[in-house]
Amino acid sequence: MTIEVRGLTKHFGAFAALDHVSLDVPGGGLVALLGPSGSGKTTLLRILAGLERPDAGTARIDGVDLASQSARQRNVGLVFQHYALFRHLDVYENIAFALRVRRRPRAEVDARVRELLALIQLETFERRLPAQLSGGQRQRVALARALAARPRVLLLDEPFGALDAQVRAELRGWLRRLHDEIHLTTVFVTHDQDEAFEVADRVVVMNRGRVEQIGSPAEVFEQPANDFVMRFLGHVNVLDAELGDGRARIGEVTLAIGGHNGDTRGRVYIRPHDVELTRTPADGAVAAHVVRVTPLSGGLKVDLAVPAIGSRLRCDLDWKRGTALGLRDGDDVFLSLHRARVFATDHGAAS
Amino acid sequence: MGAPARGARMMETRGIAAPLAAAATDEPAWVRRIVIAVAIAFVGAFVLVPLAAVFAEAFKAGLAAYGRAITDPAALSAVKLTFLAAAIAVPLNVVFGIAASWAIARFRFPGRSILTALIDLPLAVSPVIAGMVFVLLFGKQGLIGPWLTGHGIQVIFALPGIVLATTFVTFPFVARELIPVMEAQGAEEEEAAIVLGATGWQTFLRITLPKIKWGLLFGVVLCTARAMGEFGAVSVVSGHIRGRTNTLPLHVEILYNEYEYQAAFAVASLLVVLALASLVARRIIGRRVEAT
Amino acid sequence: MGYTLVYLSLIVLIPLATLVVKTAELSPGELWALATSRRAIASYQVTFGASLVAALVNAAFGTAIAWALVRYRFPGRALVDAIVDVPFALPTAVSGLALTAVFAPTGWIGRWLAPLGIQAVFTPLGITLALIFIGLPFVVRTVQPVLEDLEAEVEEAAAVLGATRWQTLTRIIVPALTPALLTGFALAFARAIGEYGSVVFISGNKQFETEITPLLIMTRLEQFDYAGATALALVMLIVSFAMLLAINGLGAWARRRAGHA
Repeated sequence: MTIEVRGLTKHFGAFAALDHVSLDVPGGGLVALLGPSGSGKTTLLRILAGLERPDAGTARIDGVDLASQSARQRNVGLVFQHYALFRHLDVYENIAFALRVRRRPRAEVDARVRELLALIQLETFERRLPAQLSGGQRQRVALARALAARPRVLLLDEPFGALDAQVRAELRGWLRRLHDEIHLTTVFVTHDQDEAFEVADRVVVMNRGRVEQIGSPAEVFEQPANDFVMRFLGHVNVLDAELGDGRARIGEVTLAIGGHNGDTRGRVYIRPHDVELTRTPADGAVAAHVVRVTPLSGGLKVDLAVPAIGSRLRCDLDWKRGTALGLRDGDDVFLSLHRARVFATDHGAAS
Repeated sequence: MGAPARGARMMETRGIAAPLAAAATDEPAWVRRIVIAVAIAFVGAFVLVPLAAVFAEAFKAGLAAYGRAITDPAALSAVKLTFLAAAIAVPLNVVFGIAASWAIARFRFPGRSILTALIDLPLAVSPVIAGMVFVLLFGKQGLIGPWLTGHGIQVIFALPGIVLATTFVTFPFVARELIPVMEAQGAEEEEAAIVLGATGWQTFLRITLPKIKWGLLFGVVLCTARAMGEFGAVSVVSGHIRGRTNTLPLHVEILYNEYEYQAAFAVASLLVVLALASLVARRIIGRRVEAT
Repeated sequence: MGYTLVYLSLIVLIPLATLVVKTAELSPGELWALATSRRAIASYQVTFGASLVAALVNAAFGTAIAWALVRYRFPGRALVDAIVDVPFALPTAVSGLALTAVFAPTGWIGRWLAPLGIQAVFTPLGITLALIFIGLPFVVRTVQPVLEDLEAEVEEAAAVLGATRWQTLTRIIVPALTPALLTGFALAFARAIGEYGSVVFISGNKQFETEITPLLIMTRLEQFDYAGATALALVMLIVSFAMLLAINGLGAWARRRAGHA
């Protein structure tokens, strides 16, 4: 089941929730809509589910225009951020709901519900009410309920947003494995980059109702289309530079850049892991002063004062490299910049 | 709402009664119109029309007749008695309401839930029974009535009986309003005040009372409105002595039974005004209660 | 604490206990005879019958009114919302007087009913109308907040799962409202069976026909027939306590189910 979105536009009063959004989700794909709150990702999901009508544009599932179908005719699975479980119905009846309203035979309903209870590993909880479940369990029930009528596509709105960190991490892995088993075309909304990268095949980065970039997690991270994507996906050092001849001059440092926009002044973007530190002067390196070293889960974060640039920089080192350097607060080191980017359209410069 | 692609359909579902929910959770327009019409018709026929009728009947014979009816000595003495009974019953129940809600919200003791249920008891009892128990207690053949009469104390068919019956029926109102307010606010601020050296009385005046004042006022309004309007319970104990043991509601009944319809409605219109004033006060104070 | 109990006892418990003491003066046989006299039985029938019908009417229309107030915007909505409380605030004697005036054959509504052969005043219908009036706020005000708290998402979830609007209503919304609806119904019913003031004006107080139990108690008291009054009061008290228990039970059920889903 493919999803095809063309030029979707939706305004709430003067606010443009969606502004000519187009994207494709291949059959069996798992796509993340990633963006800050207010970027329009939930609105897009609600339009696909039939809970909002677009002002303009079309959405198709397998080539069929959704405009002709009401929410209940579409047979899409939707998992709400806060689950929206039916409080007066137990786990079993929540999952059975979609089949009951379709008046399926009792035996078929029972077989399907049992199958899903096994899938979400809650077989012994069938008679519990939602109020008697933990957050993670409710989440799974909501998912099973959405899957019961074998929807054409599955839509998840911040599926892990209301859970604490550990349960979240568990469920992410579980969702990915589940998808690999059932191959259902899935779109999920998140504002969490790690979540999007870990679970999705493709990531759609959204901002202010527009699509900024679509690509695999590696693509959007390695080759961000613009400064918004670059800033949104992880930390970045932003520096003012003089530009020309395919090079950027930042203070006393000069380095080659890709993708120049022809301006003579602009901003360059450098990821913390593209900053290299050495104990001894290397070719093209400049002196830097270690302000603070902070251990993080994946390595070390080093805050540096760099007189030659006239600015502070952040540098991320993996554990191995960090231990080898043996950095302490107050050390003097040498710094070189590996990769810097300049973008043709720069939201940061415009604002 | 922007420029909808399927404008015509949007217009149809929005119509005069724009729903709050999204399109997938709307009822068809005709359903909405019927429900709205039913609501308006029902409330109109049962509430608005009778209210209007009271004023229409009250002023039927002109302003002068209206004035005569409400300045009649018996009417004035009924006004006085009504306010007097309320002026005694309401403070009694305010003090009790504060004490009871304090005990229930701040302490855990055996029988706490029973106490909560007992406070509601007067609401469950028919007003006639509420009056009747005082007759059984203080009446001529009552348990202690003869003894009291022997000492020259008249309860039934006199002011004490009216006050007792009024206190009984308005008993729960203040406490019921204050219990949730006190429970929601917890005891931390009071504890802080005590630690800072305040006496129990200072803590109550400076910390507790300001926090519960809107809830308290709400309870007082409910209590006062009911105290002035009570009919059944007071009717049992009053003896209907014109000019002596007649409250306003009882006076309305007497006038009606004597076929003085216009006067009955005139006096009733005073009670309507009181009731509407209490409703307005409840609205205003209710908002304050929610805000705190 | 001590004060609370003393005051509670003086104003409420001791007076009510008097009723029990008075009852104890009667033999069970006498009590039964007094409580089941023909006139008493007829009064129960009028009281409970009219109360039941009134509470049912309120359950239906009260829910519709609450629904309209919460879900729809219409001209006059604020007024409707405000005056729903009038029956609660209005002294019962005034309610009775006003309803009698409106539903009398010459009244504003009665004159339209009279040609249809419908006589409201001095009939059981009139009693029912008065009880509908006084019970109205109870259903509206218990259902309304629950309806306001119903998350729109739950209804959206039902629609996306394939439910028609009717199925969403019957399978999701109505069950969610049921505890509140039953509580409102019970409150309206409990209030109706004890009601006196608004009924005596419109009922006509004919023995065996439109004589409600509270009025019969009143009559017995006026005749100084304390035994007869006590027996009737005991029956009413038992029913009232049963209603109180039912209402508290309903509240506990609703709270348990609401949880934090």
